[in-house]
Amino acid sequence: MGDFIIALEIMVKGMVGIFVVIGILTLLVMLMGKISGPKKKDDEQA
Amino acid sequence: MEFLWEGLMSITWQQVVMYAVGILLIYLAIKKDYEPALLLPMGFGAILVNLPLSGVINQEMEGIGVVNGIIEWLFNVGIDASEALPILLFIGIGAMIDFGPLLSMPSMFLFGAGAQFGIFFAICVAVLMGFDLKDAASIGIIGAADGPTSILVSQVLHSNYVGPIAVAAYSYMALVPIVQPVAIRLVTTKKERRIHMDYTPGTVSQKMKIAFPILVTFLVGLVSPQSVALVGFLMFGNLLRECGVLGNLSDTAQNVLANLITLLLGITISFSMRAEAFVNFDTLLIMVLGLVAFIFDSIGGVLLAKFLNLFRKKKINPMIGAAGISAFPMSARVVQKMAMEEDPSNVILMHAIGANVSGQIASVIAGGLVISLVAAYL
Repeated sequence: MGDFIIALEIMVKGMVGIFVVIGILTLLVMLMGKISGPKKKDDEQA
Repeated sequence: MEFLWEGLMSITWQQVVMYAVGILLIYLAIKKDYEPALLLPMGFGAILVNLPLSGVINQEMEGIGVVNGIIEWLFNVGIDASEALPILLFIGIGAMIDFGPLLSMPSMFLFGAGAQFGIFFAICVAVLMGFDLKDAASIGIIGAADGPTSILVSQVLHSNYVGPIAVAAYSYMALVPIVQPVAIRLVTTKKERRIHMDYTPGTVSQKMKIAFPILVTFLVGLVSPQSVALVGFLMFGNLLRECGVLGNLSDTAQNVLANLITLLLGITISFSMRAEAFVNFDTLLIMVLGLVAFIFDSIGGVLLAKFLNLFRKKKINPMIGAAGISAFPMSARVVQKMAMEEDPSNVILMHAIGANVSGQIASVIAGGLVISLVAAYL
């Protein structure tokens, strides 16, 4: 049971970690797009 | 003349099973075209390493001592000592990837993250089934849908199941067109699968394409240092591609290097398919857990898209979420095919490709995080 609790902790920390890194990447890419691109086209796909 | 029969007489039933596994892998590679570049060398290697007293693995010979075997040497040098083979393969993979569709639609990044859920879900299930933490984590990483990452993580964590994990990872990658539609249909309605999405990409400059791999390496390296080998080499390959002045190196990385490493990786990993390490009940469990990981990757991505739809006016086709796994470009193709099955005029391929390449980055980040997190608990 101890290992299962640890596995759950790894799940929470792992998913949060991935979303944080990817979230920052998304924001940076959006920022780069605004800085380096000409006039932006809407990148919201939907 | 007894020495002529020594090999034949010492065949075990487990080795016979491995011959069957090897032939099955070769059959799947040739007849079904399932990841042939990996499954064929692995299948043939499985036969080589399981021949009695095989000369491709180290053998103790009477009167001579230890005689080195080539496959064991390749494994020790190329995987065990440095994980060089899977890491070098990432240069080739990076050089093959065009991040353009993702950079032009940055919101697609999120689906790469969502579709890693299966990794962690499978780790939990594996622990419940009795695997210790390092083996459970190595099994869960099959859900990265990325063979080199699976091999690297299981090797770094000193898992006892490197062979079955590699076989499961590559087999399920090949089976994405079968596994994903089932998983997607489980959690989507026909109406959702028919959602159309406008394709209005932003502009992506050359500077941005060059800056991106450097930026990713810095960011991921600082947050998850264990990912540096994976992400760094992936992004190095991509920088070769995008820099515009190293066309020859980029071509070499995409073709010669990737093919050479793939060839060696397949036959090298077969060292971990020796009968005594492979033929047991745990291997079957690992195959099942790999399937669970793939299914819950897809479900995780789809549910993330459905969650985001709660806050959006223009809805996302939730199948895009499932394309966030790393199996590129199969997953994007599967999603597009499913969309067209529901509505022949529905084209969501570019969105799916964006999510799919995001999955490539997210899967290596996940690999690094799993190593860091598990190491902290061991």
